[in-house]
Amino acid sequence: MSLVAKLYNNVLRRSSTYALAIVTGAFFFERGFDMATEHLYSEINKGKLWKDIKHNYAPAE
Amino acid sequence: MAGVAGKFVKSGLLRVQSNGIIQQSHLSTLRELSVGKKAGLVVVGSLIGGAAGLAYTLDQSVKASGLDLHAPHFPWSHNGMFSSLDHASIRRGYEVYKQVCSACHSMKYLAYRNLIDVSHTEEEAKEEAASIQVTDGPNEEGLMFQRPGKLSDRFPSPYPNEEAARNANNGALPPDLTYITAARHGGEDYLFSLLTGYTDPPGGITLRDGLYYNPYFPGGAIGMAQALYNELIEYSDGTPATASQMAKDVATFLKWAAEPEHDDRKKMALKALMLFSFLISVSYYWKRHKWSVLKTRKIVYKPKSE
Repeated sequence: MSLVAKLYNNVLRRSSTYALAIVTGAFFFERGFDMATEHLYSEINKGKLWKDIKHNYAPAE
Repeated sequence: MAGVAGKFVKSGLLRVQSNGIIQQSHLSTLRELSVGKKAGLVVVGSLIGGAAGLAYTLDQSVKASGLDLHAPHFPWSHNGMFSSLDHASIRRGYEVYKQVCSACHSMKYLAYRNLIDVSHTEEEAKEEAASIQVTDGPNEEGLMFQRPGKLSDRFPSPYPNEEAARNANNGALPPDLTYITAARHGGEDYLFSLLTGYTDPPGGITLRDGLYYNPYFPGGAIGMAQALYNELIEYSDGTPATASQMAKDVATFLKWAAEPEHDDRKKMALKALMLFSFLISVSYYWKRHKWSVLKTRKIVYKPKSE
């Protein structure tokens, strides 16, 4: 059984498991996407953000 | 026989007709309009275009674009589409505001808590707030009393009301600076140019007492004297405090004050553009997929063969 067929038979075939797959997929996608874009944004703005200068004013936590 | 007839009709449908109308052009609704209606549409279109042009010209004509100098565009580090504000600069700008500008200008919509995790730590913001005295009350005896500031307190205003501010400043009102970059044409470019643009008045212009010449200020005569001079203050991070450095920092600080959502907004733009460009390509593929049946079908008239 190919991977696609396995996926179809076990997950996408029933509405219950399909809905569950959407919800968990959304959760993990959003976490991953947020972390990726946050990382990209702080790379673009390296040295300018508050977290880059915070160590000058606050004792290390 | 039927096969031959079908072939003939099919090839006729596939051939581009001699009058140049291809089948798909029948989908256009404009074709069915009469000449008069088409002419009417053209007239309406040109009227709307003309009215827009007129409105634009009239709007330009009432702008005071005579002798005042427009600020050039400066290469701010937050100019880019995804560029955040320079937070070290915001912090220095706060020092400039506190030690120079706040003598006359209020920032009454900004509270000390707003500084937390932008330019100051929570402890520092508490210290800053505690250095001012706030009137609070009434207490149990019904009296107002003074207490040190808290994080939730707004920045103190130098004057109790507008009349007092005008009275102390030769009749000129120092504007509240909270939203000043949003409230002036040119924003932070204008502020920087204004703060560094003081000159002697050119020949032929005499100013009343208490007015100063600044080519960037509409009208040229401004009630505020030049405020920033080299080495006027000392930055806590050791940056040389030249007049242009202070002007740049305070303009960045005021940009943040007017648009505190600036950094989040640009981060959101980054996320939205990435996600929506993906979704648009998916929906484009989906549309092509769904329409492929309609786009490739051919309707063939097949006469009943004997």
